[in-house]
Amino acid sequence: MTGLTVLPLLLWLCAAYFVGIYLFVGGFLLVRLEVNRTSGCADVLQPGEEPLDFCQARPRFRRTVVLIIDALKIDFARFDPTNASPRPHENKLPVLQETLSARPAHSRLYAFRADPPTTTMQRIKGFTTGSLPTFVDVGNNFASSAILEDNLIHQLGRMGKRVVFMGDDTWENLFPRKFHRSLPFPSFNVKDLHTVDNGILQHLYTTMVGDDWDVLLAHFLGVDHCGHRFGPDHPAMAYKLTQMDGVIRSVMERLQDDTLLVVMGDHGMTDTGDHGGESQKETDAALFLYSPSPIFAGPPSQDEPDVVPQTDLVPTLALLLGIPIPFSSVGQVLLPLFPPHQQAGGAAGRLSQLEALWINTKQVNRFLETYSGLARDISPERLAELKADFARLAASYLGSVGEGRPPPPQLASSLQAYLTSVRDTCRATWARFNPLKMAGGLAVLALACLTCFVTSELSVVLTQEKRAGLKAPAAVALAAAAGVAAAQLLTRGYVEAAWCLAAGTVGSQLLFLWRAWRASRLSRWLSPRRLLVPSVAVPLLRCASLFSDSYVIYEGRVVTFLLLSLALYVPVHLNWNGHLLPPTPDPLKSAGLLPSPALSPAAVRKESGTLCGCLGLLVVCAYLSLCFHGCREEQGLCQPSPFLSPLSRLQDNQLKNLYYGVSVSSLAVCAYLLRLCLCHYGNLNASGGAVFAARWVLPLLCVCAGLHWAVSAAPEDGFRKLAELIRVAQLALPRAAFCLLGAGLSLVWADPLTVFVKARPAASARSSALPPPRYRASTGISPQAELHHLIPQIYQRMRRSLEDGEAGGGGGEEDHRPAVEAYGLGTVYSAPLLLFCGLLGVGLLLLHPEGMTLSFLLLLLEMVALLHIHASSATLSGAAGSDPGGFSVPWTPVVAWALAATQFFHATGHLPTFPSIQWGAAFVGFPDGHAGTILPASLVTLNTFASHILFAVCFREQDNVRRPRDYSSRILQKRTGKRTNTKLMFEACGFLVSSVFLLVGVTLVLRVDVAVGRWFKTLVPDASR
Amino acid sequence: MWDHEIRAMASTHAIIASSVFMATVLPAVFVPGFSVYGTHLLWIYSVSVAVAAVSVSVFWLLGISPPTKKHTLGYKMSRLFRSCLYFFLSCLFFHTVVVLYGAPLIESALETFSLAVLLTSLTTLRCLCVLGPNVQAWIRVFSRHGAMSVWDTCLQITVACTLIGAWVGAFPIPLDWDRPWQVWPVSCSLGAMIGYLTGLVVAPAWIHYHRKQLTYKCK
Ligand SMILES: [Zn+2]
Ligand SMILES: [Zn+2]
Repeated sequence: MTGLTVLPLLLWLCAAYFVGIYLFVGGFLLVRLEVNRTSGCADVLQPGEEPLDFCQARPRFRRTVVLIIDALKIDFARFDPTNASPRPHENKLPVLQETLSARPAHSRLYAFRADPPTTTMQRIKGFTTGSLPTFVDVGNNFASSAILEDNLIHQLGRMGKRVVFMGDDTWENLFPRKFHRSLPFPSFNVKDLHTVDNGILQHLYTTMVGDDWDVLLAHFLGVDHCGHRFGPDHPAMAYKLTQMDGVIRSVMERLQDDTLLVVMGDHGMTDTGDHGGESQKETDAALFLYSPSPIFAGPPSQDEPDVVPQTDLVPTLALLLGIPIPFSSVGQVLLPLFPPHQQAGGAAGRLSQLEALWINTKQVNRFLETYSGLARDISPERLAELKADFARLAASYLGSVGEGRPPPPQLASSLQAYLTSVRDTCRATWARFNPLKMAGGLAVLALACLTCFVTSELSVVLTQEKRAGLKAPAAVALAAAAGVAAAQLLTRGYVEAAWCLAAGTVGSQLLFLWRAWRASRLSRWLSPRRLLVPSVAVPLLRCASLFSDSYVIYEGRVVTFLLLSLALYVPVHLNWNGHLLPPTPDPLKSAGLLPSPALSPAAVRKESGTLCGCLGLLVVCAYLSLCFHGCREEQGLCQPSPFLSPLSRLQDNQLKNLYYGVSVSSLAVCAYLLRLCLCHYGNLNASGGAVFAARWVLPLLCVCAGLHWAVSAAPEDGFRKLAELIRVAQLALPRAAFCLLGAGLSLVWADPLTVFVKARPAASARSSALPPPRYRASTGISPQAELHHLIPQIYQRMRRSLEDGEAGGGGGEEDHRPAVEAYGLGTVYSAPLLLFCGLLGVGLLLLHPEGMTLSFLLLLLEMVALLHIHASSATLSGAAGSDPGGFSVPWTPVVAWALAATQFFHATGHLPTFPSIQWGAAFVGFPDGHAGTILPASLVTLNTFASHILFAVCFREQDNVRRPRDYSSRILQKRTGKRTNTKLMFEACGFLVSSVFLLVGVTLVLRVDVAVGRWFKTLVPDASR
Repeated sequence: MWDHEIRAMASTHAIIASSVFMATVLPAVFVPGFSVYGTHLLWIYSVSVAVAAVSVSVFWLLGISPPTKKHTLGYKMSRLFRSCLYFFLSCLFFHTVVVLYGAPLIESALETFSLAVLLTSLTTLRCLCVLGPNVQAWIRVFSRHGAMSVWDTCLQITVACTLIGAWVGAFPIPLDWDRPWQVWPVSCSLGAMIGYLTGLVVAPAWIHYHRKQLTYKCK
């Protein structure tokens, strides 16, 4: 079968894409080099004649309490007395305002600006090491690993300070065995608002009263989890914030004079309660500083900053506590916390502003020197500038200190300017890309796209002429890769795998293209005129649209628009070719111009009717799917779809019941439609694994899903007595569903045949002299194009083998030869795929909010409509009949399919941005969190790319060389805006996931193929002999 | 072959184009503050009315429309009535299509409907003038071998240009340039208008240069 030659081709194409993506991403995600050096006491020696060991001096504060309230947005901390009717998250922390106005010399409130990504682990890294995050760090949030860079906790431990930690167990993973005492609580379960906080509160006050600590770290998670679960505008948020208010009050009462209190958020939250992105709502947390002894000169002056970068906390805390500043910190000290130069003269260890700045500057300069010695990514000119700056500042400062005269007045501000410019340089450097690699990746991808296009357009020629067409390209690939590796070894002394792979891929692609060029009229295919055909122009437009930020923002709508355009093009094109309407019954005309029509007018009319009906269905589905979109930050007046929030967030009980009813009924409709389809085409008569799955596993799965939703939507305090039962159900139901899903899928896989064979008694077979085996090949859910060449083949095979048996068999055997009625043969390929897809769909649905059921129903309908449109248009244009047995891949449905996949990526409430990832999916069936990190990550991945997966699996063998082109050509975007970057990440992931599942789909078809072949053998025992 | 027909077509198109021009310029004299995108609804109406009136009268004078079988007044009236009905239905059809393509459903229904009226008077009205109220014939005309006269080919070109123009006109809308012509439905109506004018120019020229290849079956 062609399938066996197609699979390697497909694998090769996928490999080419992977190499392209790998190269591109390699140039795009630069990793900051971590400097594994630590600061010591000697590093921050005081300048001047008296070599005072910094570490032995008495620090400004002996102890400090750091309360980290996760996701404490600056808006939560502000207090507006004029606000008469505060919303749940407003005015809930009055203690801060009271302290600020009553004791202005003791306290300050700043906006605490995080560097994106605003995920908790990144932020903890940021405000302990003082360094900037890089793009690639994002992926580590699940697999938090220990911080190896120099950091505050390490320095505190080195100086013998006893650090007591309680709260979010992320810290325990980041700083294993660094704490004097540690009370971690599990943090992963977003639905759990109280475990961590209550655990902290049990120990916090007793620890504070005791004398067994120097630094007390407490990380509260309730506010963050409340945001994730209910959003900021929910009574639960008011409760949580009020609780935090009480905590701050009690801690402040227990503070001693030599203790500093730091209350801070690690990041903010959006209006929906999520975080991770770079909008100001997410980056601006609150920072509140307080000490029972006055630390500030007075009430806030005009020139004090309003906004404090998170990196700045590191040197500030270090100098206040009398420890060296961590080695890789690029922050600058918060000047208001240090006395001006004239007043500093008193106690040792009380650094003046200038001294603090100088220590800070020296540390940053040392880091810069070390870093530029290790990595060459900072431009030499910039480095020379910074060095000259530092030399000038050092001369000025040391000169004034050495001679004992007051330093020049602008020295402090120029030190600050130096620190700021170093940080900006670092930030710019670590967000830079490797253009050569990116260009190489793009070239590989573009070639792969071209190959794909050529393969799909010329597939008939290629599969017929070159059965073993891939051997030479593979050889060339190996040779090229080896050549590049050798060249690299000779010139540079080391091998970079990415370039070797790229060379191999390009070599094989070029050879393939060249052979295709020679074998056929390729030059004719690539004329500019063909580029204007909508099926080519639409994906080109789609790629082009990704170069513009505006189009990326409105991607969901743009894709729908393009899909509709393409869909409307189909009937217009058919009509233009005169296929849509039956030829007018005018004998003169039809005889003169058209060849005799292949289809009767009635059939044409019926097909046209189907086509138009399905077009209508498609259009309506696409339009309705717009209701399920989420909202990006950048879209100003956008309300996210109400279906997106899980039922448990709704407070109105009636509305809850209504939503639940809608969800369950649309799930039922989905399952019913699937069954109806299978039933209609006679696939349910047989008795195999697949049929069993369709009959029992699918309904059971749906029931499980419905029950699971009911349980998870039940209000927590509503059924006190049933609480235990609900907990068990929350655990068991989704797990049962997953097991069922696995069982169903493997059943379909193991026994995909859905053909019911009825052997009629031999006597009747004889009486009707050689009846051709009747089969009910229904045209329908499977594209007729497929039927047109698959079914006749099967039929011919069957018939031939029967005839062979007849001819070869003697007299005695004739009696035993069965006459066969096979039901469901017409959909022997599509039925298992459909079933597989249906099962997978329900499984994926479990990972989504309940309201998305409607969207999944639309998805199913749209898939059916697309397939029908493709089938009808193929029948009408008569293309399918022209080359039976051939392997042709029409381009239009391929593009439409890919567009639909993207469309439902958006219509299931996803967006190509980090905050929109539906983390809740990781807790389906695991409400208590996970031990490992692979399982939740894969659950979230499944959730995010559900639409890609479904569309990929359902894509059948016929159209296999399809979407890689469309997908990856989208990666042809060079814009380096963050927005497009995240988009690119999502595209790449989407492509990886969908290609994997595409392969699953194709192998499933091959599996069916093998099974059908075996079935024939058993069916026709004569032929097998 | 059809030199005089092509000439007639060119002059007809010149008249229609000038009517579009007048409909854009003249209201500026009478209505203070009139501009194409400032008061776009008014512009759409004036252009629609001008194009409709001029096309109907010109095609009626030229006598392009298919000969009617009966000449009774009642039959003529019914034809007229059906034409009006088709005009209205076509407006609704365009409105639906535009909404499905992503136009807001409720907020700017008037704007969307105005665009639908403009599209109808640029495309459907011409079909009505050339082919009469006969949907079968309309569908037939838009196929490769469907054109039966120079006027049919011309109809194909202008209608295609208009619709493509309107489609292309949708592309600047999502861009964040904040220009007045990005407001719905200005860019689409401008696109349709530009496409229509292009069609008016291109159709006679194309037919003139391809007159050797064009063959029409007699009816
Ligand atoms: Zn956090
Ligand atoms: Zn969070």
